[in-house]
Amino acid sequence: MFEWPLLSFVIWLPIVGGFMVLASGDKAADASRWTALGVSILTFLMSLPLWFAYDASTAEMQFVERVAWIPAFNIEYYLGVDGISMPLIILTTFITIFVIVAGWEVIQHKPSVYMASFLIMEGIMVGVFSALDAMLFYVFWEAMLIPMFLIIGIWGGPNRVYATIKFFLYTFFGSVFMLVALVYMFLQSGSFDILGFHTLKLGLTEQILIFLAFLLAFAVKVPMFPVHTWLPDAHVEAPTGGSVILAAIMLKIGGYGFLRFSLPITPDASAHLDWLIILLSLIAVVYIGFVALIQQDMKKLIAYSSIAHMGFVTLGFFIVFLIANNPDANGGAALGVQGGMVQMISHGFISAAMFLCVGVLYDRVHSREISAYGGVINTMPVFGAFMVFFAMANAGLPGTSGFVGEFMVILASFRADFWYALLAATTLIIGAAYTLWMVKRVVFGQVANDNVAALQDINNRELFILTSLALAVLILGLWPAPLVEVMDASVHNLLQHIAITKIP
Amino acid sequence: MKTIYLLIALMPLAGAIIAGFFGGRIGRAGAHWVTSAGVGISAALSLYVLAGFVGGNIEPFNGSVYTWMVSDGLTMEIGFLVDELTAMMMVVVTFVSFCVHIYTIGYMADDAHNWPKESLAGKNSYQRFFSYISLFTFSMLMLVMANNFLQLFFGWEAVGLVSYLLIGFWSVRPTAIFANLKAFLVNRVGDFGFILGIAAVAMYFNSLDYAEVFAQAPGLADKQITLWGDHSWSLMTVIGILLFIGAMGKSAQVPLHVWLPDSMEGPTPISALIHAATMVTAGVFMVARMSPIYEFTETALTFILVIGATTAFFTGLIGLVQNDIKRVVAYSTLSQLGYMMVALGVSAYAAGVFHLMTHAFFKALLFLAAGSVIIGMHHDQDIRNMGGIKKYMPITWITALLGSLALIGFPGFSGFFSKDAIISAVSHSQIAGSGYAYVLVVLGVFVTALYSFRMYFLVFHGEGPRDEHAKAHLHESPKVVTIPLILLAIPSVFVGMFTVGPMVFGDWFKNAIFVLPEHDTLGAIGYQGVGWFLGHGFMTAPLYLALGGLGVAYYIYMKKPEIADKAKDMAGPIYTLLDKKYWVDEIYQAVFAGGSRGLGKVFWFVGDRVLIDGLVVNGAAKSIGWFATVVRHLQSGLLYHYAIAMSLGLLLLLTWFVIL
Repeated sequence: MFEWPLLSFVIWLPIVGGFMVLASGDKAADASRWTALGVSILTFLMSLPLWFAYDASTAEMQFVERVAWIPAFNIEYYLGVDGISMPLIILTTFITIFVIVAGWEVIQHKPSVYMASFLIMEGIMVGVFSALDAMLFYVFWEAMLIPMFLIIGIWGGPNRVYATIKFFLYTFFGSVFMLVALVYMFLQSGSFDILGFHTLKLGLTEQILIFLAFLLAFAVKVPMFPVHTWLPDAHVEAPTGGSVILAAIMLKIGGYGFLRFSLPITPDASAHLDWLIILLSLIAVVYIGFVALIQQDMKKLIAYSSIAHMGFVTLGFFIVFLIANNPDANGGAALGVQGGMVQMISHGFISAAMFLCVGVLYDRVHSREISAYGGVINTMPVFGAFMVFFAMANAGLPGTSGFVGEFMVILASFRADFWYALLAATTLIIGAAYTLWMVKRVVFGQVANDNVAALQDINNRELFILTSLALAVLILGLWPAPLVEVMDASVHNLLQHIAITKIP
Repeated sequence: MKTIYLLIALMPLAGAIIAGFFGGRIGRAGAHWVTSAGVGISAALSLYVLAGFVGGNIEPFNGSVYTWMVSDGLTMEIGFLVDELTAMMMVVVTFVSFCVHIYTIGYMADDAHNWPKESLAGKNSYQRFFSYISLFTFSMLMLVMANNFLQLFFGWEAVGLVSYLLIGFWSVRPTAIFANLKAFLVNRVGDFGFILGIAAVAMYFNSLDYAEVFAQAPGLADKQITLWGDHSWSLMTVIGILLFIGAMGKSAQVPLHVWLPDSMEGPTPISALIHAATMVTAGVFMVARMSPIYEFTETALTFILVIGATTAFFTGLIGLVQNDIKRVVAYSTLSQLGYMMVALGVSAYAAGVFHLMTHAFFKALLFLAAGSVIIGMHHDQDIRNMGGIKKYMPITWITALLGSLALIGFPGFSGFFSKDAIISAVSHSQIAGSGYAYVLVVLGVFVTALYSFRMYFLVFHGEGPRDEHAKAHLHESPKVVTIPLILLAIPSVFVGMFTVGPMVFGDWFKNAIFVLPEHDTLGAIGYQGVGWFLGHGFMTAPLYLALGGLGVAYYIYMKKPEIADKAKDMAGPIYTLLDKKYWVDEIYQAVFAGGSRGLGKVFWFVGDRVLIDGLVVNGAAKSIGWFATVVRHLQSGLLYHYAIAMSLGLLLLLTWFVIL
């Protein structure tokens, strides 16, 4: 085991670094940019040992740090990761680098505050993924709203006030119920230890109430239909970096919550209400897919596409009970959960890349409208190639990471019910339709107007960002085995755990 | 051997990467050399492998390259299965691809003219084109060499991707980028079925490996599953039909055929390589490969048979009224793909794959010859403007004639053997739908001959091109164009007579293709040698229908051109029906494209904006605001208001206690 408090480093290094950047002010804007980049790279490097020194053969929490924090309420500073949270932490530290780089030139208004917000955000998000004390988790969870609120509120578009309020109230509304559930379980168990909650005996009614409380919190974050409408608004108003963090990482926190809280704490309620989640997931895939099709605004389109893709995550997580009960299924429950996990990581790369692509265009033309473009490939061939590549990844083309998760979830949902698989597989058509139709109108065709004619192809900074993400998408698509292996023990442990009733 | 197989697959990929990423640096010549060399090496090695199988000194290979993923006991691998079927496909793919690479050097030489001057996308378009066709070759090889369903799907989608990129290659043309989107989406409809088929295989066989699945197939032959209600389905039928839906997309079978004619928007070399010889035949290959599954489901076989026969006849009819040289060939391709499917439907897999091979040669030849004519005509593709071209382009003329004869099944040519084998097999089939199929494929022979020679006579014979300017500049295409034509003409003529014995009626395919004894329609023909088969052809109707079609075409287009117009007027509604391609495109456009957009709008406006945001979210905000304004009135600041409120509250409280 690693001797250093590695997780604490990965959490606090960017937060402390962020405050340093903030303190340095905007006078030396370049210095704050370079400091922010240095901190984000260092954080990423610090997070790598989590992957390389991780023991994938066990489902035990690793890199554990545990000290008392508020002894009066038995609240602890308790950190640790397993195969489910660790890849999400690496995703966070990886994506943050590109967010910092992407804001390099575009953000001229209070650049140090901007950079600092993202660094602090990074630390908080790692905190969410590694907290094993429910109160610590809750603090990180709510703290996350503040930098995001600032990011959209300060650097956002014209309608940012509506979007920020909507975003804040939506998520806050959800998390209040979660807090009630956490406090209730504290009263039952006498501590905020999440792993302790896992073994806490709970009656079915209690479980259902707790499950619904969690559902409100996580469904808003994911977001699931019908509590998804904050996302397109938030994305449209957010600056590129904000959209990237929102889509690539913040949405994943909802998915993570289902695996860390809902399923293991309330397995009987989950089994009881799995139809509800499956229904909402399939609505996300089909309904939201059609909604994405007709969007005129590229960011809205990608936002809706995110919701549809996240539908696969929740679908993969909640078909496990049906698979377990199907005598013909030949196993496959782990396939669904792992598929959902892979989908989360993959969507982190692809949605980040898609939003960055829109950002590249927006920085030049200052429009997100599809109709403002056309024939971009004639003036930006390198960018056009990247855009087509990421669009294909978004449409789930094999060889890209976008395929892996969808494929696994479709395979798994077939074992649950033919019709679920059928509805999920419609994404092959709808997903390709909305993504490639946008590409057709933006990238291909004749040069549409003078703005497009005046476009300059991507610079080295943008090339670096898009290449890095393209490599990530390709590697995960061509060889997903390492990622699946790393989470294998944890996922099987989870499945064994939820197969046993917790009703006393 | 694994090294050789890896080399065969990876050489084109290496060429594609070099030409794609370093196209600007290595220049045009560098790009066509590196890609042609890559594919050339693949072709040579594939021939070596095929020769090894013929000589009997190579054994089928089945091995993994690397493990893609293991999840929940389901192992997903990238690996090769190289048996007799694969070896044949590898040779067809790499040989045609090699010819097309060389041809492209000539065809795309002036590609700069196809782009606006200032377009940067047109800058290295020549190199990019070579990169794409090499990438296609790699993808297609991965598809045919797969030893499992996962890799099959990889190749399946990868060829679709490259097809998308190539149909839309001239991305400044609105028609091209409409066609490529349409092609991709229609293919995705097929893939939707295909992936469900793979999911069914993964569930019930708990494996994606061909060998393991095929070994379990007989044991699961009687397995029944329920999809809805109490109606139970045979597992094999469900899998068979789902997988075949994928084949219908990729191999452009009715009703998913609409993308293929539009794909002619792509440059002609890829029409030859992708949309005639290789990619579109992937569905045929797939069904043949899955024969150990399809043999246990007569329902799925009948489904294939009916779809194939319908495609073969009705798309052939459309070919009669087309005037664009490439579209005539495209409809011919649809029709011939239908023939291949018919063969599969009557369990004559070997005949289907055999027709796949002969068709690959003569149809690639016809497309490349059409391309050569198009170069000569300065990119005028209307056959009504052509004529008398044989004088100016002798090599193109002769090779096109050979290709046309092969296509209509003229005795002795390769197409004769493959088509006759299919039709004879259908006549011996007992399976449901075989009667329907027999009528259509026999009539289709006449149609094939008619449209083929209508085009041939209009293009090559008669009075010279209408346009004097075009006529003055008409000359034979350069050697890089004509040599591939000659290279393809040789197998178009000869490959049939030398291979029909072992491939169709012999035991060439050994374990690669599995046929139940009661389905052995090819065996029922009672083959007794090439000479006998040729003679057998003279005693059946198709040959005379082919010659009849040729004769009618000669009479109408060489002797009495006015008949064509008269026939057109007489058959008014039928002509319109064919000219409009049965209105399928219009219907799809309105129902699916329009319907999806309409649905999206309804969902968005009604669902997201009015119901969720309007009623619930903003509604909640508004009602809280309203509630707040109401409640605000209570805080009036006047003491007596508060006093009254307190007394009322007290009263209420007391009442409550008293009642309890």
